[in-house]
Amino acid sequence: MGSAHLAAVVTPYTIPTPLMDALQLTLLVLVAAGATAVVLIREPVRQVIMLSVYGVLLAVLFLAFQAPDVTLSELTVGAVALPVLLLLTLAKVKRREK
Amino acid sequence: MTPAQRRWIFLAGAAGLVAFYLWGLTGLPGFGNYPGPYGDIINRVAVAQTNATGVVSAVNFEYRGFDTVGEEFILFVAATGMAVVLRHLRSERQQDEDDPTADWAIPPASDAVRLVALLFTGPVVVMGWFLVSHAQTSPSGGFQGGVVLATAFILIYLSGEFLLFRRISPADVTDAVEAVGAGGFAAIGVSAVAMGLPYLKNFLPRGTVPGAVSSGGTIPLISFCVGLEVAAAFVLIVGEMVEQTLLVRQGER
Repeated sequence: MGSAHLAAVVTPYTIPTPLMDALQLTLLVLVAAGATAVVLIREPVRQVIMLSVYGVLLAVLFLAFQAPDVTLSELTVGAVALPVLLLLTLAKVKRREK
Repeated sequence: MTPAQRRWIFLAGAAGLVAFYLWGLTGLPGFGNYPGPYGDIINRVAVAQTNATGVVSAVNFEYRGFDTVGEEFILFVAATGMAVVLRHLRSERQQDEDDPTADWAIPPASDAVRLVALLFTGPVVVMGWFLVSHAQTSPSGGFQGGVVLATAFILIYLSGEFLLFRRISPADVTDAVEAVGAGGFAAIGVSAVAMGLPYLKNFLPRGTVPGAVSSGGTIPLISFCVGLEVAAAFVLIVGEMVEQTLLVRQGER
């Protein structure tokens, strides 16, 4: 198999590379900060809200790294479905504590 | 074991982890350098072979369709397991009587939440349906679309219409739809076998225009089944949890 056959099909970014690098770097830092925030927030309801925000951040990160399919999954599961399940659980558990 | 001993064991373990982690990092390929041949080969041949421009879906539902069947059944079993556990609890009268949350009133949804939820329900259904039906053309697919479709049901619940949520997604129907979705995927694979082809081999005409909605052969069909399965599984899971949280409290008194 020749190397020409194996050459990757690279979709060029429509915005300049340095700008794209800056965007990706910013998002990586935001995701790291978001993950830390999720761990540091101790109040469960706020923690779930932050988890949802973190899901959105991750989704945007995946988009910036050219993975729109994963973006959609992360948005629906990470930012919506998982927080909803956790909130429902909290609604049950928290009231039992009182 | 004293706290001091425990700390030393932790530090030893942590040091080992850090060492192996750093060692592993040095062996990684450079940022953005993809080393393997498979991705490059797929990028070259996928559109020509399948006429599907949603190459990720082509990989998920055709090249490695067998793995996706497994993933599909992970969700299926998870939702089933959840229903089994929670429905069992619901019938335990003793538990209900001990439950101090039983007479908690459901807080009514605020007008703002109701308005947003009702406004978004229609568009969310359209978007979910679009995602489920366009796996073969663009970044989307049954999984993403299915979760979006399930979100529409969550919105109906959020708008304070819990009884409506239950009426349009009765457990029997949800169970059946989930089974049909999961079974449909497996059945498409078996149909190929029945024709003397390998399991999940794409046996339908793939169309002539790459990127047309009608292209891709079994890819859109599988995406549809996955969409049904995932939407039903999430509605089932959320429905069971909502009942645990609310209905036990209200309905059974």
